[in-house]
Amino acid sequence: MNIHRFEKLWLAASLLLIVAFVGTIVYGALGAGIAMVDDSGGTVDPDDPASSPNFEEPGVYESADGEVDVYVISRQFFFQPGSNDPIRVPADRDVTFHVASADVTHGFQLVGTNVNTMVIPGQVAEITVNFEETGTHYIVCNEYCGAGHHDMEGRVQVVPEAAFDGQEVSDS
Amino acid sequence: MTFVDEFPGEAKLVRWHFGVSFVALALGGLFGILQGLYRTGYFRDALPINATEYYAVLTAHGVLLALVFTTFFICGMFVWAVTRSLDRPLASGRLAWAGFLSMLLGTVLAATAILNTFVPALPFEDSAVLYTFYSPLKAHPAFYVGAALLIVGSWVVGGDYFLTFREWRKDNPDSRIPLQTFMVLTTFIMWYLATLGVAVEVVFFLIPWSFGWIETVDPLLTRTLFWFFGHPVVYFWLLPGYVAWYTILPKLSGGRLLSDPLARVVFVLFVLLSTPVGFHHQYIDPGIADGFKAIAMTNTMMLLLPSLLTAFTVVASMEHGARQRGGEGYFGWLRALPWDEPAFAGMALAGLMFAAGGFSGMINAGMNINYLIHNTVWVPGHFHLTVGTAFALTAMATTYWLFPQLTGKRLQHRTLAMIQPYLWFVGMALMSNAMHRGGLAGLPRRTAEPLFQDAGGSPFETVVGGVSEIQFQIAIGATLLFTSLVLFLIVVLGTWLSRPRIGELRVNGSLPEPLSGADDGPRVLDNLALWAGIAVLLVVLAYGVPLWGMVENGLLEPGASPIPV
Repeated sequence: MNIHRFEKLWLAASLLLIVAFVGTIVYGALGAGIAMVDDSGGTVDPDDPASSPNFEEPGVYESADGEVDVYVISRQFFFQPGSNDPIRVPADRDVTFHVASADVTHGFQLVGTNVNTMVIPGQVAEITVNFEETGTHYIVCNEYCGAGHHDMEGRVQVVPEAAFDGQEVSDS
Repeated sequence: MTFVDEFPGEAKLVRWHFGVSFVALALGGLFGILQGLYRTGYFRDALPINATEYYAVLTAHGVLLALVFTTFFICGMFVWAVTRSLDRPLASGRLAWAGFLSMLLGTVLAATAILNTFVPALPFEDSAVLYTFYSPLKAHPAFYVGAALLIVGSWVVGGDYFLTFREWRKDNPDSRIPLQTFMVLTTFIMWYLATLGVAVEVVFFLIPWSFGWIETVDPLLTRTLFWFFGHPVVYFWLLPGYVAWYTILPKLSGGRLLSDPLARVVFVLFVLLSTPVGFHHQYIDPGIADGFKAIAMTNTMMLLLPSLLTAFTVVASMEHGARQRGGEGYFGWLRALPWDEPAFAGMALAGLMFAAGGFSGMINAGMNINYLIHNTVWVPGHFHLTVGTAFALTAMATTYWLFPQLTGKRLQHRTLAMIQPYLWFVGMALMSNAMHRGGLAGLPRRTAEPLFQDAGGSPFETVVGGVSEIQFQIAIGATLLFTSLVLFLIVVLGTWLSRPRIGELRVNGSLPEPLSGADDGPRVLDNLALWAGIAVLLVVLAYGVPLWGMVENGLLEPGASPIPV
């Protein structure tokens, strides 16, 4: 097969580009430490996640070793907690969101950040984040979930460590 | 001799496919402009829809354009490509018509279910589940049955391509497969493999579930089966565009295709790599281990290769054509191309725009970069460049060239046809660029209303400009696109209704031989069974373990009950 010299050059450059792209992802994973949402959250009853021990009372919990866990149930068309009451989390600490759905597929994204996951009935989405600055983040449901989808929004308030009262359960 | 004179039966079949396709295009475009204006807030009070109905508009736009317009156009165009390049009629006209009717019936069922939101007197009930129809949001069973009939119909039409090829092979045991037929058959091998996912999802899970014969389905499993199909389907849209760029565009440029063997290599790569990549639509799905996502990402990045090779070959063929027409200089040859020829301009501009779409696709494909843009308006910004331009504009350009040969009628309203691709290009540049920027600012896709209206200030921060400026560009772009679509429909309808045989056709169907012909490539390229076998193997490797993980706890577990729209 006769391949023109320019085409060979182009082919080599293309392969190099592909390797470079994969390289950026490997760097993101190993260098910057960006983990993917995966199967670590386990499963819950899709029709009734609140029957699972962790989701009986969704809210913000601080464990003995100082880790912060936020349990959120997404429903048509609100986040519990998040929509009625903002989720309060401390700055400069590892915060893990555990998000489950009580009905259909939703999305859970803090606008303009890497905190972005699908919420699929039956699965628990886990995503860990360290907020460096205090302030308000806006939660959007970014997957169509029914007639009132556009009303499904919420807030996360990142407060200074001192203002964070651990063990807090922000019920909605 | 014109195609319609040589193969009148096949020409009629293609015309019917194109006819349905263009009706879907017209309706889908109408829903597109409605949605574009509603979403951006222009003339919202004057529009005949409310926020809830917006999602039915969105469903109709997606289904009619991404699934109906494309599938009908492709199946029709491939009937032309197979019969022209094998120079023989279809093995069975009756079989192809049966497939067409199945697709048509499926379309009518699904469309009726969707349009129910606007006309409650229609049978069935609301089915605004969007074209991705994620369970457990449930549509009327007619929606799923319609989808199944559409796909099965395409299988039947595709079967006729293979039967025709088999007959040709008996008469030509030692010849290389003609290039267009090779492209059609490889595209359909990929299509058969890819549609298995959605067929299983719809037939074994969603149809029985929507009828109430089974109580629950596993949302993650059905979603995964959808995306098993949902990525290769974009190559099902793209490859007919490549057929046009590889085989028609060089002629329109005034030259010949550079290399037939490399065109075959490209199509073989698509057969192999199109399907084991679906997890890249599920990068941020829970319930799937990150290793499987990484495998899908590597495969996806490798898929850049055939498209980058195509960019080289197609541009080089255009340059060759331009130099035959007297073009000179490093870039001066560009001026020698027939930019006033609607078919050429449409294909060339579509190709240019696809380059931009390819680059935004590379961002999508980046596993961890995907966090930033997943389900933002960046994503529809991307695929309006690919299916919405690389495919759609190429299909329109192909129509300008092919339709006269299918009807024996000269193209009418040629001036409108000349303007149309440029209008599309400008409209899409505005709309798509603004959508990409909006996505970077975090604006979600698939939402009827602006969010956080009572927040006192928008949480969506743009690098330059602002949200209202982005929305303005989207609205202007959508309006230009709709205008361009109307021009296309006027040209097609005007041509179709014009009286036959007024003047000579300006086009003929002969396609020049490539500079480097099929015999320059190894014969193994034509071994379709081999490529199909490897493709199946790659799919088993990419999907076997994760799919097993989803079904080993029970096919319907964790089971979600249906939630009507």
